[in-house]
Amino acid sequence: MERATRIGRALRACGAALWRGLRALSGDDAYERYRAHHAAHHPGEPPLSRRAFCAQATQRKWGGVSRCC
Amino acid sequence: MKKISGVLLAVVAAFAMGGLALHRHEPINALWIVTAAVCIYLLGYRFYAAWIATRVLRIDPSRATPAERLSNGRDFVPTHRAIVFGHHFAAIAGPGPLVGPTLAAQFGYLPGTLWILVGAVLGGCVQDMTILLLSVRRDGRSLGQMARDELGPLGGFAALIGTLLILIVLAAVLGLVVVNAMKHSPWATSTVAATIPVAILVGLYLRLWRPGRVLEGSVIGVVLVLLAVLVGGWLDQQPTVRAWFDYGPLPLAACVVVYAWVAAILPVWLLLAPRDYLSTFLKLGTVALLAVAIVLTHPQIKMPAVTQFIDGSGPLFGGKLFPFVFITIACGAISGFHALVSSGTTPKLIGNEADVRLVGYGSMALESFVAIMAIIAATLLDPGVYFAINSGAGVVGSTPELAVSTISSWGFPVSVQQMHDLARAMGEQTLFARTGGAPSLAVGMASIFGSSFGRGLLALWYHFAIMFEVVFILTTLDAGTRVGRFILQDLLGHAWAPLGRTSWYPSVLFASTLLVGAWGYFLYVGVIDPNGGVNILWPLFGIANQMLAAIALSVATGIIIKSGRARYALVTLGPLAWLAVITSTAAWQKIVSPDPHIGFLAAAADLAAKLAAGTLSAERAAVAPQLIFNQRLDAALTVLFTAILWLVILDMVRVCMRRLRGLPLRSSSEAPYRERRLPAAVAAGH
Repeated sequence: MERATRIGRALRACGAALWRGLRALSGDDAYERYRAHHAAHHPGEPPLSRRAFCAQATQRKWGGVSRCC
Repeated sequence: MKKISGVLLAVVAAFAMGGLALHRHEPINALWIVTAAVCIYLLGYRFYAAWIATRVLRIDPSRATPAERLSNGRDFVPTHRAIVFGHHFAAIAGPGPLVGPTLAAQFGYLPGTLWILVGAVLGGCVQDMTILLLSVRRDGRSLGQMARDELGPLGGFAALIGTLLILIVLAAVLGLVVVNAMKHSPWATSTVAATIPVAILVGLYLRLWRPGRVLEGSVIGVVLVLLAVLVGGWLDQQPTVRAWFDYGPLPLAACVVVYAWVAAILPVWLLLAPRDYLSTFLKLGTVALLAVAIVLTHPQIKMPAVTQFIDGSGPLFGGKLFPFVFITIACGAISGFHALVSSGTTPKLIGNEADVRLVGYGSMALESFVAIMAIIAATLLDPGVYFAINSGAGVVGSTPELAVSTISSWGFPVSVQQMHDLARAMGEQTLFARTGGAPSLAVGMASIFGSSFGRGLLALWYHFAIMFEVVFILTTLDAGTRVGRFILQDLLGHAWAPLGRTSWYPSVLFASTLLVGAWGYFLYVGVIDPNGGVNILWPLFGIANQMLAAIALSVATGIIIKSGRARYALVTLGPLAWLAVITSTAAWQKIVSPDPHIGFLAAAADLAAKLAAGTLSAERAAVAPQLIFNQRLDAALTVLFTAILWLVILDMVRVCMRRLRGLPLRSSSEAPYRERRLPAAVAAGH
């Protein structure tokens, strides 16, 4: 019984890591990362809203060489 | 333990290569190629890349990277190496490694396969890794900036012009591939057309309704485009609706040009960004699926190891094995374009210099593996079928009967009935003369997928493969047009300052029109060319791309020698010398060869003579003057490419000579050392 819960927990941890990786890879978590960075480095200043940040990020990401032949 | 695994790898690689060598006159299984390839990449990564990292580049894990020093939570973000690897691979993987190997299969499976492996392990991967590290050491500066800082203004300018020209030729040839895949195919055309509103819908979703929820948006988009493939099949059965999507090549080319122009001036969030999310999902998914399916089905390769076309008489494109197999494979072995990505977004994400080996060398090895899969998909077809799909009507004859008799006379038997049945199975009217590589790759992929995941669905798999190729070709087209526009605006800004403002709308319209007009012209000529157009444009693209790689390697060699490591310079100087030889030889042959099949000027003279003698059909005589002009223009362009290449090489040699003689030099633009404070491993997702 205890073994089953251990395996279940390991599977859940695995799934969570995969999910985090998928989010990081696709940029789904970009705003959360920005908020974390902002809270750590610029406490006191108001952060950008989710909408404003995402608009800027999209513009920045596709402004340069983002794709190859 | 590491030594044992290395020896084991070497033994398996030798065994697989031996298998390849011994199977020369009988059909060989694709698994031999896959095994040899995987082992060679792992060996290259394990030994050569590790040696370069420590000895040549002197990678220093204790040194802070720009992602740490300049961290701003936006573009400079220390990121887990697996995530950077994924980002970088998604950025460098384009349609090039699918198209190039498919075309090069006309020489047989062996020459292309060998160059993909050798070129990647010793050239392409080394270039990507080296440029990535040099950019990481220089605050993530671009290739053009590094060329300017380290070599001089000439090198920087040449890199800029080279990039602009390669973008123009690239967009034209990719546009042509798309047109040839969609001509008179309502299923393909309607599916591709549907991807545009789907992308816009996803764009609106990510902008207005659920900002930044990329995964949700992508999943919705992917489901919708998959639905579009199904609906396209149904539309194809409806006589009236079918006619709405049934176009010849010229109207389709016009659509592609207008589409790209609109896409280039629309805000990125509306079309480019969401299209990119869709194409990245499809790309990674399809590549993984293809790898699994090849291992599951382990198909037999039907193409001979080497065909008679190594003598230069090939129907897909003219020119001997040397140098044209190298020019044609292009991105699957070494791609100059990668140097732009390696010095763009990626260096700003690297959290530890030690990750450069995985991200730079590893991503390119994987990209090269995609090229290996493309050559497998092309060579598992009956050679007769492969040549029937990929040869232009001007080469093999304009009726099916003529085409099959020409191709069968080469020793690759194929019948009209066989082609008819194949087209039916794929849900198409005809597969003859669908040049450009995408359709034959789609037939190959459909047969692989069909035999592993359901044979009854061949037509569906075929159109899925076409949609997948076209979607990310269009992404490259959009992104390329936009980058080209920035470069053009930068150059035009020197003539009149307001034109250089990238956000001034008149300047945006002007530069976009100029750029789209330039590649639209080459696309137009490619479409009216009875020989298929790809035979002219792809070698031109190959030469341009290898030229850009040579520029990148020149910058790398210059920096290595400047930093006093001349004895290791061969690591980049070797591939550079080889690229200089193959691009110069190819350029020379394309310009002066008396064979109209190869030389641009010879082809122009040949066509002019035929036109004057009145031996051309009325249809061909009508387009002949434009084709003659275009051949001459292509010759001029080739001269320009070669001139740029040698200018940069000589500039690099000048800098190196000064260094070796002890004369004063521009100081290195490397950022000063600062100790790394980040934890040993950056946590996943941060």
